[in-house]
Amino acid sequence: MNLADVVEAKEASEGLLFEGPEWDFPTMQRAYDAVEKIALQDLGLNVFPNQIEVISAEQMLDAYSSVGMPLMYSHWSYGKRFVRDEMLYRKGYQALAYEIVINSSPCISYYMEENTMPMQTLVLAHAAFGHNHFFKNNYLFQHWTDPSGILDYLDFAKHYVADCEERHGHEEVESILDAAHALMGQGVFRYRRAAKLNLAEYESRRRERLAQEARTFNDLWRTVPARTRTKEVTLTEAEAAERKRRLRLPEENLLYFLEKHSPILADWQRELLRIVRNTAQYFYPQRQTKLMNEGCATFVHYYIVNQLFDQGRISEGALLEILHSHSNVVYQVDFDDQRFSGLNPYALGFAMMQDIQRICVAPTDEDREWFPDLAGCLDWRGKLRDIWANYRDESFVRQFLSPHLIRKFKLFLLVDNEKEKAYRVGSIHNVEGYRKVRTALADSYDVGSGEPDIEVADVDILGNRELKLRHNVRQGVKLADGGREATLTHIRRLWGYDVKLEEVAVAPR
Amino acid sequence: MPQLIDRRLNPRDKSLGNRQRFLRRTREQIRQAVDKAVRERGIADASKGGSVTIPGKGIGEPHFNLSNSGGDRQRVFPGNKKFVSGDEIPRPEGGSGGGGGKDGSDSGAGEDAFTFALSESEFLDILFDDLELPDLVKATLKDEVSVEHRRAGYSNDGSTPNLNVLRTMRTSMSRRLALRRPSQSEIAALEEELQELRKGPFDVDTLNREVELFLEIERRKRIQRTIPFIDPIDVRYNRFEPKPVPRAKAAMFCLMDVSASMGEREKDLAKRFFILLHLFLKRKYDRVEIIFIRHTHEASEVDEETFFRGRETGGTVVSSALKKMVEVQVKRYPTADWNIYCAQVSDGDNSGGDTVQCVQLLQDAILPLTQYYAYIEIGEPTREEGASYFAYAKDLWRGYAEMAKQQANFAMRHVRDRGDVYPVFRQLFSKSRKEGATT
Repeated sequence: MNLADVVEAKEASEGLLFEGPEWDFPTMQRAYDAVEKIALQDLGLNVFPNQIEVISAEQMLDAYSSVGMPLMYSHWSYGKRFVRDEMLYRKGYQALAYEIVINSSPCISYYMEENTMPMQTLVLAHAAFGHNHFFKNNYLFQHWTDPSGILDYLDFAKHYVADCEERHGHEEVESILDAAHALMGQGVFRYRRAAKLNLAEYESRRRERLAQEARTFNDLWRTVPARTRTKEVTLTEAEAAERKRRLRLPEENLLYFLEKHSPILADWQRELLRIVRNTAQYFYPQRQTKLMNEGCATFVHYYIVNQLFDQGRISEGALLEILHSHSNVVYQVDFDDQRFSGLNPYALGFAMMQDIQRICVAPTDEDREWFPDLAGCLDWRGKLRDIWANYRDESFVRQFLSPHLIRKFKLFLLVDNEKEKAYRVGSIHNVEGYRKVRTALADSYDVGSGEPDIEVADVDILGNRELKLRHNVRQGVKLADGGREATLTHIRRLWGYDVKLEEVAVAPR
Repeated sequence: MPQLIDRRLNPRDKSLGNRQRFLRRTREQIRQAVDKAVRERGIADASKGGSVTIPGKGIGEPHFNLSNSGGDRQRVFPGNKKFVSGDEIPRPEGGSGGGGGKDGSDSGAGEDAFTFALSESEFLDILFDDLELPDLVKATLKDEVSVEHRRAGYSNDGSTPNLNVLRTMRTSMSRRLALRRPSQSEIAALEEELQELRKGPFDVDTLNREVELFLEIERRKRIQRTIPFIDPIDVRYNRFEPKPVPRAKAAMFCLMDVSASMGEREKDLAKRFFILLHLFLKRKYDRVEIIFIRHTHEASEVDEETFFRGRETGGTVVSSALKKMVEVQVKRYPTADWNIYCAQVSDGDNSGGDTVQCVQLLQDAILPLTQYYAYIEIGEPTREEGASYFAYAKDLWRGYAEMAKQQANFAMRHVRDRGDVYPVFRQLFSKSRKEGATT
């Protein structure tokens, strides 16, 4: 008997963590310690410190309405979300989540008080370790978000918005925020990486700026006569190109452009745009990693609760309860089922993580051919950690969706071309189809493919100031009519002059 | 170590600010929905909150979205059963593409009606939005206001029931500390030491020490006696200051004709009106008393149950009710303390010659006392819309109409069916109400 076995045997003799469904804080603490041991020592996860908060149903609804954040600036749309969710919950149409986890350091996760102790164990493993590890290690989150500063920043934003409401009135603030919210989807940098901003320092910089302005203010400037333009400026092509270069056009981040260049906005209004933009940017990595994030968390909780059971720390009853809700979560309904609403990220994500583990440990010949690096390497922990750190949904699917899983999910590709009379089945789960299905699925996980690609094309600041937007149309998919005009109206409000939107067909990426 | 935090006891209603912003934004739609709800609801739950449905328009959050149809697109689905590559599936009827038709709205989120629950107070707030108690301002500005005692700091003298123990003990303690009064425990410790010495062996040193200790104990006890634990100068009392407050009491007189001509329908309408009036008064005043006076050819004060359910037969002499009202008011509700409101409901019948007496009574005795007097006449449901009511009006209406022109705090309306009650109520109490207008 070697040392490891002795330790394991000792652990086994520690007995059950809990009995029955009731939970209390000491039990949560015990369960946390047991889960942490497996997560850190066995799986080798690397997590932010955890802050675990137990909340009531009403507080969960609060969290829902403020996009899951513990604090958020005030806006009527959050109130709308709240009254709607509350109604759905009260009438029993919608159950509430077991937990919510926030990408912050310390990593805050909320747990519903109604959960039973087995469920609390499950969600501890899922949120406090699975999601937490993903937030801390995935490259997108590392590049784009500032987990230690986000709560400070939101606190600043909340107070700033409240302050603006006080100074300029609710309606003024509301009209700017409404317009900015409409552009949230076009308020992120996709390609250019913004200079990483320490959000905690941000407020002090802003104060300094204001103080500087106050110091250097000189009323005399107001009395200097403005230069009157005598003749109409006509620009040559070269000058137009120069103008675009100076404005750094085309610009994909509409909110950024409006914040910097709108001729009519006051300083505080620009600051509001910046707040909305920063918030949108903060959530951008989450949208690109939904599949992986859930897959990672689900894989982690599944592994940990099974380990706990093997060590004799949880009873069969508890394991059954956990597996019952686990299998509800990872269930994939077929395309022809009434309940079908797309591929379930929990199901596919979890299946892919498990599949990678299988390939590492017990590969088939097919796996050896498709994944020579993984097959039989045995170090599935290291490989998974590496994948969690360095991929996003699109690249993850493109690299690691195996023929085995394509067969298991019976995936098939449907082509919908407006020139054809009917839908056509492109490829199915067979040897000829694997790569095509995989590529198409990976493309669909690219956030760029599901969202309109709209950029600021040109504007003549010295002339009529008409803002020209361009929608780059790919594969002939145009903008939906719903919301288009209303959104343009919002942009006009922010820009102050006319805004045109043209749709231009471009080659597929 | 994780931090485990119990947030469940945090203050509730974190979303209240957002909720109020939402309600403010949709105020107009919600008000229409609430008005509709009141019209349709039964008497018992007229005031309860509950769900209202407003149209989705105006609360949409538009975004740029890609169209659901058109173009050349590929999608991967799970659960293939029988398809092979190259199979064709006919497009669904009625749309040019996939699940088209759902994106046709301007709001992004769809223009479906939006249903949510209002709390009782929100419901009432909106129900009585921009309604005002007539002449409330005048009443509160009058000189005769009642006096209320409010807490205002502490004082050195007062009566025993107002003694503030905490303050008293605090001053007492600081005095004792300042004067170095020996505490009970100090003396007890010395006495214990003395006892120990007495138990031990006897010699000169011990004896000296004993004497020393004894004298010290006596000295401290003496100081303790001279410096009292609580001195009269320590005592503090809660101070109360009289504060004038506006009168916040209202008496609401409900007058109803219960002669045979008032059937179930008429009583139901009357009740609805009284309920609204009561809810409304309750929001404005701390205390509202309702006095039910019913009359045939003679009037009596009754309880609510009898008022609405009891049956009486007899003639109709309206002035009897007015006399009764004055009698009750003089006896129990002096105008110095009470705001008097009166609502009279009748089908308009009155015995010959009595109307003149009624008008006389109102003008001389009642209207000078009341903040507001509303007269509701319940008309026949069959009368066609738009016909001049005056042509059909009964005795009482004609008599009152003449007077209404001169009296600012008198108003009259007629009600034909359930749906009329609330609009009429609104007309009577709206901020921009035309004084005593008739329809």
